[in-house]
Amino acid sequence: MRFTRQSNSFAIILSYMMLPLKENDRPIVKKLLEAGCCARCVLRFCCLEVQSAYRKSYEDISRELCDFIRDAENKVAQVAGVPEQLTEDPPSKKIKLDTAKIDDQSEDESVLVPTVTDQGNAEPMDSDVCVVCLGVLQDFCDEAHATKISGVVKAENYQFDTMVLSVSLPAQLSVREHSCWLHIKKEVREKSMCLDKDDVIPVKEAFKWIMQGLVSKQLGGIPVVTKISRQTEQFEVGVGFTHPETDSDCHFLAGICPDCFRPTKNKQNVFTRMAVVKAIEKVSDEKFVKKFPCPPPRPASKCIAQDVQCLHVSVFVAGRYNKFSRTLPQTPWVIDGERRMESSVEELIAAPLLSSFRAEGFNFSSSGREDVDVRTLGNGRPFAVELQNPHRARFNKAEVRQLQEAINQSSDKIRVRDLQIVSRDAMGHMKEGEEDKTKSYSALIWTHKDISKDDLMFLEETKELKLAQKTPLRVLHRRPLAVRERVIHTMSTRFLDAHHFHLALRTQAGTYIKEFVHGDFGRTKPNLCDLLKTETDILELDVESVDVDWPPPIPE
Amino acid sequence: MEDLEHIKAPSVIDRYYTRWYKTDIKGKKGEDQCVLQHSNRICVITLAESHPILQNGNKIKSVNYQISAGCSRLQNKVSGKSKRGGQFLTEFAPLCRITCTDDVEYTIYSCIRGRLLEVNEGILERPELLLEKPSTEGYIAVILPKIEESKTVTNGLLSREEYENVLSNRTGGSAEPEPC
Ligand SMILES: [Zn+2]
Repeated sequence: MRFTRQSNSFAIILSYMMLPLKENDRPIVKKLLEAGCCARCVLRFCCLEVQSAYRKSYEDISRELCDFIRDAENKVAQVAGVPEQLTEDPPSKKIKLDTAKIDDQSEDESVLVPTVTDQGNAEPMDSDVCVVCLGVLQDFCDEAHATKISGVVKAENYQFDTMVLSVSLPAQLSVREHSCWLHIKKEVREKSMCLDKDDVIPVKEAFKWIMQGLVSKQLGGIPVVTKISRQTEQFEVGVGFTHPETDSDCHFLAGICPDCFRPTKNKQNVFTRMAVVKAIEKVSDEKFVKKFPCPPPRPASKCIAQDVQCLHVSVFVAGRYNKFSRTLPQTPWVIDGERRMESSVEELIAAPLLSSFRAEGFNFSSSGREDVDVRTLGNGRPFAVELQNPHRARFNKAEVRQLQEAINQSSDKIRVRDLQIVSRDAMGHMKEGEEDKTKSYSALIWTHKDISKDDLMFLEETKELKLAQKTPLRVLHRRPLAVRERVIHTMSTRFLDAHHFHLALRTQAGTYIKEFVHGDFGRTKPNLCDLLKTETDILELDVESVDVDWPPPIPE
Repeated sequence: MEDLEHIKAPSVIDRYYTRWYKTDIKGKKGEDQCVLQHSNRICVITLAESHPILQNGNKIKSVNYQISAGCSRLQNKVSGKSKRGGQFLTEFAPLCRITCTDDVEYTIYSCIRGRLLEVNEGILERPELLLEKPSTEGYIAVILPKIEESKTVTNGLLSREEYENVLSNRTGGSAEPEPC
């Protein structure tokens, strides 16, 4: 809202008061307007921290700035003895940029000098794109843009209770900001010696002051805030701008400060915002003004708004799984780009989660893993799934239980228990136990020579058997070669026939059971062949328990 | 339970490895070797069952991995997942020399190109393993071919079938040694 100018000077004074500018802001305001700064950028360079001032309509701020300048001239008139005008609708002297004089092709600053024209019905000055914010604070800080942003958020149907609005600006805005700062540094210092470039309100900040409230209103009052910590702000909406016309603004910096713009493999554009800001800090004012015009040259077009990006922080779901199949790998098994086995544990678990959380992707991790031909029985193996960019993140206990049911209904090859939503940090517990906990296995063993029950007795009496285990040949292609000491705590046997028995083992985590049985070319010492003095082989293996006490059990 | 008797068909080698052979290496009659290639491309080098060491009835006097004054395979050290530092071998690189009790010395070769990961120190202390378990505990060395050569590295070698044909032509027909 704005006050309309009434028929007395009181109203005029009121309208100035709406923009809390000081007398010594006047030279700054005048110089900035002449340079082609937009009304909101003028407020920024006046270091005005009153947020409500930025939230007024662009037209109102423009008009009030013009009044502020005109008042100065009136005062000059008063000093000259001319009585103050108190007419109903005083002709407003507007600063207008003489666009006819602008020559985009020319770098000669002299043609860019704006003129103050005395026109009652002047074109609104916001038709000119701001030399500093390139239109961000002119054309993208209104109800219409807020509608566009909230429209995208609504269309994606996210569930959230707080939203972070983040802004990404073209890197050259930093160059233009600096150029403008150097242009008015003298006047700002005259206003107050303590003011520095850091006191100028950043474009991002002003943008958020205006837009957070507007977007919040459109979303039915959900708070739209500035990012403070990862913990509380779960949902982020990114608004980005580009301005290809002025991308080359940054290029001169590479000549002055090549160190800041080293090309890297994964970066197509070396002129990142960070690099540009760093380079500007290194360049002296003298050098900068020699290489880049002050104030910045006028752009012909405004910024282009990029697609609005929504991102919800990942949700982590943990539990324990059983694997009942000897033809099911834990993760998709691909050899030479070709898929082996049609499914996997992680896919069977993740598919129902992905659709319920409406997530874009997932990462599966677990406390150790079993081979494709190994079953995992007993209490199951702890696992966690990171669900990336979930559109829905809140599930109560009953809903999580239903999810667990859905997973268990979808396949009889696996079963999940203790399903729960956990924090990212809690995932660490799963890996902690991995190396030093006990694991229990049961294996079906074949022996070359005939055996009797009595031949197996001594295995039961063998406790804390130390093994020296070289990295198994089957994983040596992807793991370092080492000899590791592992302990088999206990063994028990169940005789089947002259060539077969069941062997139950409790071992230190990280013991390779298959290699303990067949010896791996004698690379695991001692092995079961040595102990039984005959060739032995492993026909079946089951994991009976993984003794990691995370995640906590969920009572049925 | 009776059918459990018949479960044991394929051995560890049958399940995970492909057998390749090189016969009459360096033109020396009968000096045959075996390359066991794992599906993960790792190769284990062993004597073939037709090698004179396993055929001549002599015992083994010594195994020597010092293949020249300046080069010992025992010095081979690999580190990290990428196995940095391992000696790179071509197919005719000698791995070790084995001397039998009749004082005949045989040189065992790499047979394939690749990085040497380890040699079998077990046969230094117990050379009899070469005779008792030539294709398992009596192995000679482990070699990792380059990933881009993993498919072609065995191109010059004989398959099990071709090897058996070579053997039957040698003896003039019938004898087919069991694969071990
Ligand atoms: Zn601006």
